[in-house]
Amino acid sequence: MNAPAYNFAYLDEQTKRMIRRAILKAIAIPGYQVPFASREMPMPYGWGTGGVQVTAAILGPRDVLKVIDQGSDDTTNAISIRKFFAKTAGVATTTATAEATVIQTRHRIPETALRENQVLVYQVPIPEPLRFLEPRETETRRMHALAEYGLMHVKLYEDIARFGHIATAYAYPVKVNARYVMDPSPTPKFDNPKMDNCPALQLFGAGREKRIYAIPPYTQVVSLDFEDHPFEPYRFNAPCALCGAEDSYLDEIVTDDQGGRMFVCSDTDYCEGRQAAGHHGSLSAAPYREKAGSHG
Amino acid sequence: MVDQGLANRDTLENDQPLLLAESLSKSFGRIAACRDVSFALYPGEVLAIVGESGSGKSTLLQMLSGQLAPSAGYVSYRMRDGVTRDLTTLGEAERRFLFRTDWGFVHQDPAQGLRMAVSAGANVGERLMAVGWNHYGRIRETASDWLTRVEIDVARIDDAPRTYSGGMRQRLQIARNLVTEPRLVFMDEPTGGLDVSVQARLLDLVRSLVAELHLAVIIVTHDLAVARLLSHRVMVMKGGRVIETGLTDQVLDDPREPYTQLLVSSILPP
Amino acid sequence: MTAMIDVADAQKTFTMHLQGGIELPVVRGVTFHVNPGECVVLSGPSGAGKSSILKMIFGNYRCDSGRIGIRHRGALVDLAAAEPRQVLNIRRSTIGYVSQFLRAVPRVATVDVVAEPLIVNGMARADAQARAGELLHRLNIPERLWQLPPATFSGGEQQRVNIARGFISDLPILLLDEPTASLDAANRAVVVELVAEKKGQGVAMVAIVHDDEIRHLIADRIVDVASFAAAA
Repeated sequence: MNAPAYNFAYLDEQTKRMIRRAILKAIAIPGYQVPFASREMPMPYGWGTGGVQVTAAILGPRDVLKVIDQGSDDTTNAISIRKFFAKTAGVATTTATAEATVIQTRHRIPETALRENQVLVYQVPIPEPLRFLEPRETETRRMHALAEYGLMHVKLYEDIARFGHIATAYAYPVKVNARYVMDPSPTPKFDNPKMDNCPALQLFGAGREKRIYAIPPYTQVVSLDFEDHPFEPYRFNAPCALCGAEDSYLDEIVTDDQGGRMFVCSDTDYCEGRQAAGHHGSLSAAPYREKAGSHG
Repeated sequence: MVDQGLANRDTLENDQPLLLAESLSKSFGRIAACRDVSFALYPGEVLAIVGESGSGKSTLLQMLSGQLAPSAGYVSYRMRDGVTRDLTTLGEAERRFLFRTDWGFVHQDPAQGLRMAVSAGANVGERLMAVGWNHYGRIRETASDWLTRVEIDVARIDDAPRTYSGGMRQRLQIARNLVTEPRLVFMDEPTGGLDVSVQARLLDLVRSLVAELHLAVIIVTHDLAVARLLSHRVMVMKGGRVIETGLTDQVLDDPREPYTQLLVSSILPP
Repeated sequence: MTAMIDVADAQKTFTMHLQGGIELPVVRGVTFHVNPGECVVLSGPSGAGKSSILKMIFGNYRCDSGRIGIRHRGALVDLAAAEPRQVLNIRRSTIGYVSQFLRAVPRVATVDVVAEPLIVNGMARADAQARAGELLHRLNIPERLWQLPPATFSGGEQQRVNIARGFISDLPILLLDEPTASLDAANRAVVVELVAEKKGQGVAMVAIVHDDEIRHLIADRIVDVASFAAAA
């Protein structure tokens, strides 16, 4: 049911063409931030206006849309964006990664391996990886143009000097196609390896900052590091309390005010899928207590 | 008697200039900030450009360091590969690469030359990382060596320069510039904002590093004492022109031009 | 014998722009030469221009006209027309200058102040320091002072450090401006000895000495500067 007052997927066709041109340019120059004329969307900045515009520009009537926020399909943000497109584009929606053709995400990459003909759209708050150390936009653009990326290692150096290891846990900088250094949006660095040589197209939209960038399918994506401090993906050293998965990214859930907590898959679709297939967590749905010898 | 054929020409070492300025001029609208400046700088040579504010010395420094395009004339530089290049023909990437490898620039205000929120170690290490150093341990070790050379306690390596005193900041800025072993360093009033006692220590440090590393230096200063202590040669500027130039002790002990005599006579006796 | 220093018709006038441009003639027609192993002492009343001539030979004062011929690495160079870096080369490897006062470098140890001319010319630091030590010892600077910067020393001590620094290197020309001025008899005798040794090594020297006794001891020839006086 298409709400008649809106054009398909909310944005007018001229705007979509403008965004598509930016997307095409972004795909042609992997990792390069393409400026675009970001529109006002019927939601506040920070709620994914960049991602929503990219999704609106690429969505077709036969697409199947999935929206996740921190891996979850059922948080407020994910639900409202999913409903927004269901209403303005009338497209089918799903929570199953495997069934989706377009997945809009905030801060996660699904655990289920992506495949060709899927597009992953990231919502990006701050697209500029050099911003932390260099506040001038003119200067950061020049640094990208000339591939001057010493500053990126300064950030990692500071981590090691301060914490003894690279403590950057999310928005961990990557080099795309051996050329541009890119901020993978605030995804945990656990997800970084999934970006490398991924069969799906990855698009990044920053609404407030008015930038679009992309990683085309099967593109090399390397996480920056030092020879003596190599990149290491991080996850809590525990199985998922619900599905028992030992290879998924976990959320820590505090269950009471006595230190009780449990670790569960952040990717709800993945977790439910495993449970449906008969996998169970050692604690089932019961709170996980560290150092607890046995459990009931 | 002396023969007619004197050997002045033959005894010059057979080296080539590192940097050559040819008829450099710069106008801002109708104001000529710098007029027809020419000189050659040789490896290991320290040249002081002295003059009051407004004399055109800072404009000249900016042109020499490729940060400002001259209205007329050119600057050429002998690159590490031995090829002499006109600075205006360098691409931006080449110019910036030059700036963080073979050149240094010491600003009067260390905040302009340092990243104030980043640790001292990273400030020194940045240039190394920029040229592809990718081993944390070695970067840190080299940074520590340089902190020691500029007399900064290595225990302060993880502190940001905003926690440093003015003199320490300036020494850190020098270490940050010298870590890639540049052949030419530009200095813009490097002791400007410092207390007298701190100045003396800094000048002494710069003096020994310059000799040790065989650095060529172009230093802009209004302080003739700085010029005397550090430089081999001096250029006196007034109204955008070089009015007198020569060996530093010659110009300061036997000044010819009225303006130079005025400058020299204005120094308080030591 | 080939002269080490050959000054021909050199002239110097100061123009005092801050005093209405008055001209102060200093010397003119300065002509003399110095052979290897010879010490020429400049004589004449105060203000006759002895120090100015010494400074002209060192390249510290410029000449208005004439020639300052210096034998540098086997060839005769006109210092009055030399480029700055050539003058620096000549100072590094040919002409040494012992001024009346030590221009002390803050924070540098005495032994290093003295050793510096050798290190600049490529000698290993330890060897240079050893030679500096010998000279300081001869000039009666106690060893406990060697590691201190000379800035805090007495005038006489500073002068001896200055002499050690001037005499340490093996330069073929030495200019001495009142080297014994503030020294006691024992140290004056050391300086006389040092000058004699330099002569033995073939060093050409030009000196200004007020002390008649010392002058007779070191001078091979005396050049009367009064004859160069520039009549105003």
